[in-house]
Amino acid sequence: MIINPDKPILQCQHLRKCYTAGVPVLADFNISVPSGKILGLLGPNGCGKSTFLKLVAGILTPDSGSIEICGIPRSEETNSLISYLPERTYFNASMYVNQLIEFFSDFYSDFDAGAAEKMLRDLGIPLNQKLSALSKGMKEKTQLIMVMSRKTKLYMLDEPIGGVDPASREYILSTILGNFNPDAAVIITTHLINDIEPVLDEFAFMGYGGEILRAGNADRVRETTGKTIDELFREVFRCYVRY
Amino acid sequence: MAWKFEGNSPLTVQIADRLRRDIIDGVYPMGSDFPAVRALAYEAAVNPNTMQKALVILESEGLLITHGTTGRVVTTDAEVISLARVRVREDFVKKTVNEALLLGIEPEQLCEDIRRYCDNQP
Repeated sequence: MIINPDKPILQCQHLRKCYTAGVPVLADFNISVPSGKILGLLGPNGCGKSTFLKLVAGILTPDSGSIEICGIPRSEETNSLISYLPERTYFNASMYVNQLIEFFSDFYSDFDAGAAEKMLRDLGIPLNQKLSALSKGMKEKTQLIMVMSRKTKLYMLDEPIGGVDPASREYILSTILGNFNPDAAVIITTHLINDIEPVLDEFAFMGYGGEILRAGNADRVRETTGKTIDELFREVFRCYVRY
Repeated sequence: MAWKFEGNSPLTVQIADRLRRDIIDGVYPMGSDFPAVRALAYEAAVNPNTMQKALVILESEGLLITHGTTGRVVTTDAEVISLARVRVREDFVKKTVNEALLLGIEPEQLCEDIRRYCDNQP
């Protein structure tokens, strides 16, 4: 597999996906994420954020359109370039946390077990516990730590801080920043815009059908509009209804 | 502990303001090595690119100096630091006066109010 460093980490063109024939969740979705960027993909429920991530992760197949990772068309092979945090926990509940670490080490050659163990300990997650014995928030933290402990190109985090208490959110955002390297890219979807705003490079507001309503540099928005992204989001989506 | 940001001014500017004050206050002493972008970004829980831009602002003011690839150091020029101190003070006055004007308080009145307030402090 030859990675082209001049190509964006992720490039999607004319993506279309329908769950019901004739009703596209994504109608004609285009996006490009260069390396070194953290992108916030923000939009109302049901606008297709998770569908988009699933298409890139290869869990769903697009009806049409192209997906390229580091210039390589999406395939089984490019899966090794993607670390994906789904919106739901998918671990086997009867596994122990330290078994999970072994599992990931076996599965991913780019997995840094030492880093994962350190972060788990920092957050007070016991390694000798069964996953079923962990709370919802702890499971989410564990999952995020696993995903961020891989050294890969594209991290896709679907609602990474949704079920996590505010104090741990900071730690988790620091975790994302601390593990982030400049030749990778991160895509985060969330409703908790205020919390993640300082971490973002770029933002994109996604409307129904995957239409990009507004996008740009996160910090420049404050400069040009005098509004935070959270305020802008409320403004753009206040009376936004599916047509 | 993540830094707190407020209002709608760009984070780059808010970060630069905070670090500038820290340099003036000697939190980062003259001539000392300045922390790396990534370390600061991690501490503040902000995007490294945003932190980078803030440091470039401080560089353009002469407060930070880059030596090739070895990172940044705080200036050893006391003149630059005292200039920065003056500018911070001017900014503060400007902000205060503008806010007072919004409340309909004229500058003369403001000066008088400040003096009276200070006189009444124990």
